[in-house]
Amino acid sequence: MSIDLSQFIPTFLEESFEGLELMESSLLNLEQGDIDTINAIFRAAHSIKGGAGTFGFNHVTDFTHDVETLLDEMRDGRRSIEQSDVDLLLRSVDCIRLLIEAARDGVECDAPNIQDVHRALAKTLNKEISNTAEPLESEPDVVENTVSNTCPSWKISFIPHHEMLQTGNDVLYIINALAELGPVTQVVESENIPPLDSIHPEECYLSWQITLQSHCDKGDIDEVFEWVEDECDLIIELVTEESAEIIEETKVVANPESEPATTDIKKAPSEPVTAVKTKIANPDGGSIRVGIDKVDALINRVGELVITQAMLKQVGTDLSHHEDGLVEKLLEGLVQLEGNTRDLQEDVMRIRMLPISFVFNRFPRMVYDISSKLGKKIELKLSGEQTELDKTVMEKIGDPLVHLVRNSLDHGLEMPEERIEAGKDETGTVHLHAYHQGGYIVIDIIDDGRGLNTERIKEKALEKGLITPDQHLSDQEVNELIFAPGFSTAEQVSDLSGRGVGMDVVRRNIESLGGHVALTSTPGKGSTFSVSLPLTLAILDGQLIRVASETYIVPLISIIESAQLNHNNVKAVAGNPSLYFFRDEYIPIYSIRQLFALPNSQSPLDESMMIMVESSGHKYALLVDDLLDQQQVVLKSLDSNYMAVEGISGATILGDGGVALIVDIKGLNALKQQMSCEISHPFEHTSESVA
Amino acid sequence: MTEHESLSVVNSSRQFLSFILAGEEYATDILKVQEIRDWTNATIVPNGPDYVEGVTNLRGQIIPIINLRTRFSLPKDNDLKNRIVIVLNIDDGQKTRLMGLLVDAFAETYDINEDEIKAAPSKISVIDDEFIIGLASADDKMLILLDVDELLTSKELTPTINDNVA
Repeated sequence: MSIDLSQFIPTFLEESFEGLELMESSLLNLEQGDIDTINAIFRAAHSIKGGAGTFGFNHVTDFTHDVETLLDEMRDGRRSIEQSDVDLLLRSVDCIRLLIEAARDGVECDAPNIQDVHRALAKTLNKEISNTAEPLESEPDVVENTVSNTCPSWKISFIPHHEMLQTGNDVLYIINALAELGPVTQVVESENIPPLDSIHPEECYLSWQITLQSHCDKGDIDEVFEWVEDECDLIIELVTEESAEIIEETKVVANPESEPATTDIKKAPSEPVTAVKTKIANPDGGSIRVGIDKVDALINRVGELVITQAMLKQVGTDLSHHEDGLVEKLLEGLVQLEGNTRDLQEDVMRIRMLPISFVFNRFPRMVYDISSKLGKKIELKLSGEQTELDKTVMEKIGDPLVHLVRNSLDHGLEMPEERIEAGKDETGTVHLHAYHQGGYIVIDIIDDGRGLNTERIKEKALEKGLITPDQHLSDQEVNELIFAPGFSTAEQVSDLSGRGVGMDVVRRNIESLGGHVALTSTPGKGSTFSVSLPLTLAILDGQLIRVASETYIVPLISIIESAQLNHNNVKAVAGNPSLYFFRDEYIPIYSIRQLFALPNSQSPLDESMMIMVESSGHKYALLVDDLLDQQQVVLKSLDSNYMAVEGISGATILGDGGVALIVDIKGLNALKQQMSCEISHPFEHTSESVA
Repeated sequence: MTEHESLSVVNSSRQFLSFILAGEEYATDILKVQEIRDWTNATIVPNGPDYVEGVTNLRGQIIPIINLRTRFSLPKDNDLKNRIVIVLNIDDGQKTRLMGLLVDAFAETYDINEDEIKAAPSKISVIDDEFIIGLASADDKMLILLDVDELLTSKELTPTINDNVA
């Protein structure tokens, strides 16, 4: 029977990257003598090695093997945990990641530092690695090094759970594999065999007491049992001849309910092997891996259900003038259906929501690396990691956040001496804090550094021509200039930040997600960047508007206010009424009818409404015919069957089954630019009433 | 088209669905057709080409409706009430899209042998040659066999904002 292994590769890759993340975060939290954490790191490395071996990714296997050996020495207490070792292991994690990525892409990984790290590893292990053309190919043989001269004897108590055979595991293979390590003596215990009539042929009722004489390592024995460790009760004890000292380890009983009648197993006093003590909190634990396309299909389906439900409700309401008890019942049912559908939709949406910890997890490592690079002492505080947001938003917010945190580390926090001089603790703090506010997730990046240097920013802005000397700006306005394109205050361009493509890109990215970024700064005390993002990109709160015969949706978030149009406030420039005077400001007028080239249906000017909207700090006055409802709409893309349309960010389906387009405020501006060659006149269809 | 070639090896006969457009009969490979629907009002797409009637909701998907009369510069028919929309699976080589073709009426399905398809003389109409697979005769009528993939690929739909403005 041959199985196409390649179908499992994506799973292996995904699990390996997760394993690497776990190794990384555990290494950063590692304290002396913390066996649980080392075990967790070891297990992650071991799974990667095993998987890589199965799929023939030999570079990964070889490299990980040495990492595993080092970890094994730490685990056994043969090596104390030095900072240098942790550094080396962290670098090794990076290398394994590179190697796995190379294996995934089917290319040779030739990054020179991998060989350096591999040599450093070998050196640490007191082992010469042959310096041949392909050092990574050489099969290291470290196992022998770690073995004492006596011939130890291992006592293994192996009690399979009843259902172990059903997962395709065969006890005979396991015992044969043990026999390869050394002579095996086994005693089969058969007292748990039930009466013949209740025997289930696919269940395993036997258990084994095995004695193995071998120079092998405990890891080698663990490896034999690797695939069944969750499906059996396993005790592996080393009986050394000199001291008769027993090293015990108990595997957690994976499935307590179905535990066979073997309650007399002696449990070692050690704690059960728990999940690592990291901040990756996973409170409920239970999860399944589902393709995102399946979830999206489900979300679409539910979206349709909502529409169908709205349609039925309409039909029901139309029927309600019939004096008939049945109609009443129908309406009752429909109301109930509405409730159920809404709940269902909310539940389905929640599937896409993940805790922000997935993004936060990368920061401890980053802070660790940067603090050693810059010679700064930095403490990273994380809070609100369980705050949930949509996976799509999460994928896109990672880079802007990294940039903001780097900025705080690089520019915000001072060197230790400087901090002491300023009377602060020499360790600077960067605090990432996430919380929900309205329909938004807010992520604050708070540092207690020097704060923004308003004077310096002003000088720089003058130098770059972003402001003129006679402009009077408040400190806050000056500070906001760091978001202007092409602005960078770094005195020295470091490889961390200061390439001048910083903050404006950050702000653009955040705004393209429908969010915004704010900043507050107190000189000498620190600064806070506040990023707000919509919880999901799949749903949007919209204001329905009517222009000519069409219904459009304007995102509620961009609306400042709406009002009846006041003719006296319409100001003409070069003969065109193109500005609207509103709350002491002259705001450009955008006529949707004109920008979207809609048919010239008449709409008297005094019935028009004006919606004040804001995008990227600019205000626009949108002219519309009428304001309709506000409602939550499910976003659909136009380009999946058609293509992207300028000025439109997407579409949605209304309760009556019709399609309404969603206005993209920023896109309108671009549209206006394109049309600016044409002489524009926002009121051209109603010019009589203006005149 | 490779699909056509491979089909001709297995089975020399292809099925076509024909429809009426200003009295002429056109046909498309029936395998491209997903369904036929009655016309319902579409939502106008701002600044789109004039032959894009708008977008409409097909069971939760938003699909564009192409007015084939406008596309072929045929006289405009203002009464769209009894028109039908043929929903097609359009493959532009990268992905498949659903698009609706607004036509006057659905006519018939025909089995047509590959060798009965005659090449259309070049430059016979405003319709570009690459949109026409060929001509065929059925019941004494001429069928114009359209290559809808070519006809409805996205480059044909590119909005021509400057044309509109000009």
